Amino acid sequence: LSSIAGGLHAAPDGLEPNSYEDITQYNNYYEFGTGKSDPAENAHTLTTTPWSVEIAGLVDKPATYAMQDIIDAMTIEERIYRFRCVEAWSMVVPWNGFELADLLNLAGVQSGAKYVAFETAFRPDEMPGVKYPVLEWPYVEALRLDEAMHPLTLMATGIYGKPIPNQNGAPLRLVVPWKYGYKSIKSIVRITLTDTQPPTSWNKANPGEYGFYSNVNPDVSHPRWSQASERPIGGGLFAGRQPTLMFNGYEDEVAGLYAGLDLVANP
Amino acid sequence: MKQDFKAAGARPAPLRKKSVVDRVNGAARKLPAWAVYIVGLLPVPWMFYLAQTGGYGPDPVKGLEHALGQWALQLLIAGLAITPLRRFAGINLIKFRRALGLLAFAYVSLHLTVWIALDMGLFWAQMLGDVIKRPYITIGMTGFLCLIPLALTSNNRSIRKLGPKWRSLHKLVYLAVLLGGIHFIWLVKGVQLEPLIYMAVILALLAVRLPHFAKVRA
Repeated sequence: LSSIAGGLHAAPDGLEPNSYEDITQYNNYYEFGTGKSDPAENAHTLTTTPWSVEIAGLVDKPATYAMQDIIDAMTIEERIYRFRCVEAWSMVVPWNGFELADLLNLAGVQSGAKYVAFETAFRPDEMPGVKYPVLEWPYVEALRLDEAMHPLTLMATGIYGKPIPNQNGAPLRLVVPWKYGYKSIKSIVRITLTDTQPPTSWNKANPGEYGFYSNVNPDVSHPRWSQASERPIGGGLFAGRQPTLMFNGYEDEVAGLYAGLDLVANP
Repeated sequence: MKQDFKAAGARPAPLRKKSVVDRVNGAARKLPAWAVYIVGLLPVPWMFYLAQTGGYGPDPVKGLEHALGQWALQLLIAGLAITPLRRFAGINLIKFRRALGLLAFAYVSLHLTVWIALDMGLFWAQMLGDVIKRPYITIGMTGFLCLIPLALTSNNRSIRKLGPKWRSLHKLVYLAVLLGGIHFIWLVKGVQLEPLIYMAVILALLAVRLPHFAKVRA
């Protein structure tokens, strides 16, 4: 995977990335345990080579694509994004990856497609966390097609120029920076283009708390965590809180996707 | 010391070899209650040290907050275990119960302080909204409020002054520990095992106080 890093670009708004340590030791990846340090401890068991991604549904070229073939066909670049968890903490991550749109175009999106569904690997032998019914496995997520095709929507293959660690969703994960972190599904094995809205894991588990869109929105309150502010991780014991930005600071880029949509009724 | 023996409900058995229960009771008689306060507070500086030196990982605020909350719940559960231990096992640790209760209150207070100052960063308006709107926070806060009168009356003067009312008042701890257990279950995402184990222990310790069990004597 020689082309994993790609070129370096300065963050557009001078974001200071978290340390590699913070990013790779503090994870939510319930297939490897619900503690924040569990994924870093347990995810080494996940076999990521060979890896393939099945692209199915309303596409011209449905097929199982080998990971290396995908990497070879894509342009890897660095994107420094804010990352906002629904638990009201945040980080800044320098991802390496390619635009999801490029991958979808490779498969050829058919005109009837309206949504993109994603599925995480489900391997009981390699994932100690799936013994517990914390969620219904495998983990599934979905985007509207226009969200999926947005240039900010990334498929990450690396962090800090290194291959993405297992606990962060190796070898291929989604990154949608204006949505809560759980939308950015990890270790993807299947992508399906559909014409109806696909189910998503957290919405299935608790529809009152997690909507389909899950856009970062300081004005729409989660029943358990106010989303008005967030704790930046990595600043130590006295880092305090900062106000949360609409669409996690990507309002200029993505607000247009939701023109006319009631964001309170469609969390 | 004679009194303790009677309270333990154990029969004198001079010819019997010293049992584990006897040994525990013997050790407990020798251990002064103030030692429990000292030992019980030792984890606090250790937790702050861990938080400052990376021992809780990238998010020391949550690490500290959860550790304090967990200790509080464990101490409350330990306090709840005192009576059943005496009733069903003949182990008499009653002289430590006040220390366990007051320590639990100290840990809950620190847990709340960390939440206010470090987690919420003194965002007062948001905190007030959270206390009202977020059930798990409302429940946790209610549990804390229940403990305040108990902590204030955990002294000999109050016991004398309140008389039989003191016993009734201190049954409030049953509610407080239940609220603590629910607070823990509710704050985690999805269905997780650990808070359910705590709740099972709490419910078991409360169940043995029901009239049916209260009649059973070991």
